[in-house]
Amino acid sequence: MSVTTEEKPASSGAPGWVRDRTARRQFVALAVFVVVVGLLPLGLTDRGESIAVQTLIIALLSVGWNLMSGYGGLFSFGHAAFFGIGAYTDAYLVVEHGISPWIAMVVGALLAAVAGTLIAYLCLRYRLAGAYFALATFAFAQLFLLVVENVDALGKTEGFNLPILPDESFWMMQFVSGSSMYFWIPLGLLAVALAVVIGFTNSRAGQRVQAVRDDETAAESLGISIMKYRLIPVALSCFIAAVAGAYYTQYYFFVGPEQAFGAKVSVEAIVPAVIGGIGTVWGPVIGALVVGPLAELIAELLRDPPQSLSFLQGLTGLDIVVYSVLLIAIVILMPKGIYGTIRDRWKR
Amino acid sequence: MSRTEVVEQTAAEVDTSGERRSRTVLIGVLAVGLLGLLAVYTVGDRDSGLVTQAIATGVLLGGVYALVSVGLTLIFGVLGIVNFAQGSMLALAMYMVHSLVQGFGLPVYVATVLAVPLMFALGYLVQLSLLNKLTMSGSQEGPLLVTLGLSLFIVNVLLMVYSGRPQSVGSAVDGSLRVMGALLSWERVIAFLGAVAVTVALTVILRKTSFGLSIRAVASNPSGAMLVGVNVGRVYALTFAIGAACVAVAGGLMAPLVSLTPSVGEEFTILAFVIVVLGGLGNVLGAMIGGILIGLVQTVGSLYLPGSGSLIAVFAVFVLTLFLRPQGIFGAAR
Repeated sequence: MSVTTEEKPASSGAPGWVRDRTARRQFVALAVFVVVVGLLPLGLTDRGESIAVQTLIIALLSVGWNLMSGYGGLFSFGHAAFFGIGAYTDAYLVVEHGISPWIAMVVGALLAAVAGTLIAYLCLRYRLAGAYFALATFAFAQLFLLVVENVDALGKTEGFNLPILPDESFWMMQFVSGSSMYFWIPLGLLAVALAVVIGFTNSRAGQRVQAVRDDETAAESLGISIMKYRLIPVALSCFIAAVAGAYYTQYYFFVGPEQAFGAKVSVEAIVPAVIGGIGTVWGPVIGALVVGPLAELIAELLRDPPQSLSFLQGLTGLDIVVYSVLLIAIVILMPKGIYGTIRDRWKR
Repeated sequence: MSRTEVVEQTAAEVDTSGERRSRTVLIGVLAVGLLGLLAVYTVGDRDSGLVTQAIATGVLLGGVYALVSVGLTLIFGVLGIVNFAQGSMLALAMYMVHSLVQGFGLPVYVATVLAVPLMFALGYLVQLSLLNKLTMSGSQEGPLLVTLGLSLFIVNVLLMVYSGRPQSVGSAVDGSLRVMGALLSWERVIAFLGAVAVTVALTVILRKTSFGLSIRAVASNPSGAMLVGVNVGRVYALTFAIGAACVAVAGGLMAPLVSLTPSVGEEFTILAFVIVVLGGLGNVLGAMIGGILIGLVQTVGSLYLPGSGSLIAVFAVFVLTLFLRPQGIFGAAR
């Protein structure tokens, strides 16, 4: 965002010029993406639009995860914790206090950023790395799940149902059922998140973050504060994940412990980024485009299967089987993901 | 940098003091545990018969947890893989036993004995074909993601084949045992004894056989082990296979105790990780003690906190252990 404009005067000389050009190109791509995807509701059925919204939420969550784990190099296995904080803060403030979802979204995102930074700080302070870091984040997500399930004020296992208002209201984020606004809002949120990612990764701070990820010792010897540049992407990442959570609550008018803090959510944050390409701007979005409509596509295929596949008719679980095979194949055969692999081919 | 020097200079001292310290911690934990139980009896304001029953159930439940955890701790300790598929492999083993019992009319425990080599072979193949390359490259996240995918795969294939309807393998043996007023079903007692047997067997294999020596060598220094002629890839595959075989034993012994659904293993996976970290990575005995500890916290805790409340305590302990003693309660200082 403003980071790039700030950096512009400082970035004279060849590397700065290259950096800027990359950023400019990515911003153009983002604009094209928003316009093209923004036209989608014109040609989609209600069912198709709800799948598209679901895909956008997953994309947003995964873009957030990618900042911390792809660019920051801290593998989070518990992004449900931050998604859940966003979802529950939104639900709590809207249901109990009638506050606008927009404000609730920002409050939840700030809370998640603070919580995430604190957790990551503790993990780094006690030198947890790799598998241990992943386990710690996973444990925190589980801990939050259990706490929410046992606290009366948070609705225990029942969760929250949002009240349905009689009138449309942008301020309260409620529209007629099937309104395209339900699609354009998450698209706008995703666009802002992607703009933040592009701006941040091309900024000086973002370059330092990647330097710390690639070689901590070398970065430290250049005078880069490890702790600071580890925590900045964490805060940004948790902020974005919480925004995704808040919109989830708004869109479905409901949130429960499993939908917010369940291990499935953490998996949904990771898998699109891995499939699309970890540590790339477009990886999580491309991954979400593959994963989001997958279940529906397979359901469609099974409803009217070709002769050779008719034995699969009526089976539940096939979509996730395909999804898991895809995940394993990508990790083993294309560790850079779809986007990363194609980009490297292109450059050569 | 300076830390390594210090370690080298005083390696011997550190070793013995570390060992002494971990023994102190072990005794401390046991003492605190016993005092806690004593407190529950005397000032806990609960019927002592109930408490005895809770403790007995807790110990046996802990045995079941330990059974799942020993395989996991071995895989984690030797290969450094966070095996998220452990729970789904447990479910797979249970369904194997279920099919053998229903299809061929075998007794549950005979079916278990047949399931062990099947799971061993499966584990060997999985590690060899899917995981070895990633493990050797030293990637931390790659294997985790593969086991995650594997777990989703197994659970959903089970769902496709057996449907999500809860099933039962029927009881293996009837009757129960009475110990100091507490009622213990034979099935749970047998599961507990099975856990003890597996723990002892694994400890003997690791400490006394040359194969165990090569596992320990690979665990502590893979490239060094390779240099002295250990086939690291094969040791990895066999270790994963042993982990899978442990889960097969667990599946068979636990099958009569649970209502069988494809996602039956999930709650065990999470608890097993808690236990593995508590007990110390790769520490088989630690997993056994950790399992019993968690079982006790859960059952005795549920006297006071209804529902999933007692699990909060479990996770709080987990997080604290990760931060303060990541080597586990019983591990030596790292």
